[in-house]
Amino acid sequence: MNGVHDMGGMDGFGKVEPEPDEPVFHAGWEGRVMAMNRAMGATGAWNIDMSRFSREVLPPSVYLASSYYRKWFLGLEQMLIERGLIDADEVASGHALRSGKPLERGKFTVADVQRILTRGSFSRPAQGPARFKPGDRVRAKNIHPATHTRLPRYVRGHVGVVDRVHGCHVFPDSAATGQGDDPQWLYTVRFEGRELWGPDADPTVKISIDAFEPYLDPA
Amino acid sequence: MQLRVRALETILTEKGYVDPKALDLIIEAYETKIGPRNGARVVAKAWTDPEFKRRLLADGSAAIATLGHVSRVGDHLVAVENTPQVHNMVVCTLCSCYPWEMLGLPPVWYKAAPYRSRAVKDPRGVLADFGVRLPADTEIRVWDSTAETRFLVLPMRPAGTDGWSEDRLADLVTRDSMIGTGLAKLPQGQIP
Repeated sequence: MNGVHDMGGMDGFGKVEPEPDEPVFHAGWEGRVMAMNRAMGATGAWNIDMSRFSREVLPPSVYLASSYYRKWFLGLEQMLIERGLIDADEVASGHALRSGKPLERGKFTVADVQRILTRGSFSRPAQGPARFKPGDRVRAKNIHPATHTRLPRYVRGHVGVVDRVHGCHVFPDSAATGQGDDPQWLYTVRFEGRELWGPDADPTVKISIDAFEPYLDPA
Repeated sequence: MQLRVRALETILTEKGYVDPKALDLIIEAYETKIGPRNGARVVAKAWTDPEFKRRLLADGSAAIATLGHVSRVGDHLVAVENTPQVHNMVVCTLCSCYPWEMLGLPPVWYKAAPYRSRAVKDPRGVLADFGVRLPADTEIRVWDSTAETRFLVLPMRPAGTDGWSEDRLADLVTRDSMIGTGLAKLPQGQIP
């Protein structure tokens, strides 16, 4: 979706302000939100792409005004309610009013922690040959799906060069809508800064994205 | 937020979805075990072992898996090497993708709008915000983490560190130098 989360190339957000000796969390609740998100994801209640989409659909004013972990909290609460895992009256009362629903992989316990500290694999067996190889010129499609996609707006319609081939991976556009992995070839595609930002752009800058094959046409 | 978050955790616990002790362990891991020191050890190893560096650049996940003292790393870590000609920098314009196992949880600025919006359009301006100035003819290569690949920048080894041990070298490797918004520290520990 063309949401405010798709920020590449936007102006007006000001300087980057690194915080010296930044703590891992700025308040106790931030860690709880991070951990609840990871834990509920690990129960199979949703996948990582659904989780990202839950934050992308926050109203733009909320998205821009919320801290990172507040966005995670709002997305988490919404996903739990949408799936009927909790209800709004429970949120209002601060307690469970009904018993829990079954989870695909069951309750998240201490025994599950080690497993989630290592990233899962998103590689999948190839369904067919790769359409592109390193050095091929490709054009990012001019597409504007209203659902989750990982093709940022700033490259759409632009021509780049295939830099690397990463094998087949879960296709987020499909996984986010519950339509399965639909594995697709994944490429690093490199663009010249001037191709993306015009003739006045810094000629020494090159930008790459990782693009799934359905995002690309030969150029 | 504290009250809302506590309420939600109470509900999830009462419903039998999560054990709060398991949440404690996740938080503890990211507060005490999984941080930039993991990445720094990988970089120091690559600086001292050309064969490891070759394998790291060819397949980051596989190469790091051979280092027993670094936490396991999941799928598809891509290491990219800084040289006098090319400076690499990593961003996630769409959300906050970051090599957690190598660097821990990302800092606030990495996840915030100023960095995500400008890193791809004005990377030299962003580097200036970090006090980093590179020669005008250095190529700046920005990697936007738009899939489940994760990127680790292999910064240049500072001059004057010949013969240093991996441990000592790792002290020079900052988090930002592995994101590409900084350089490795100089031998006396100062930021270049």
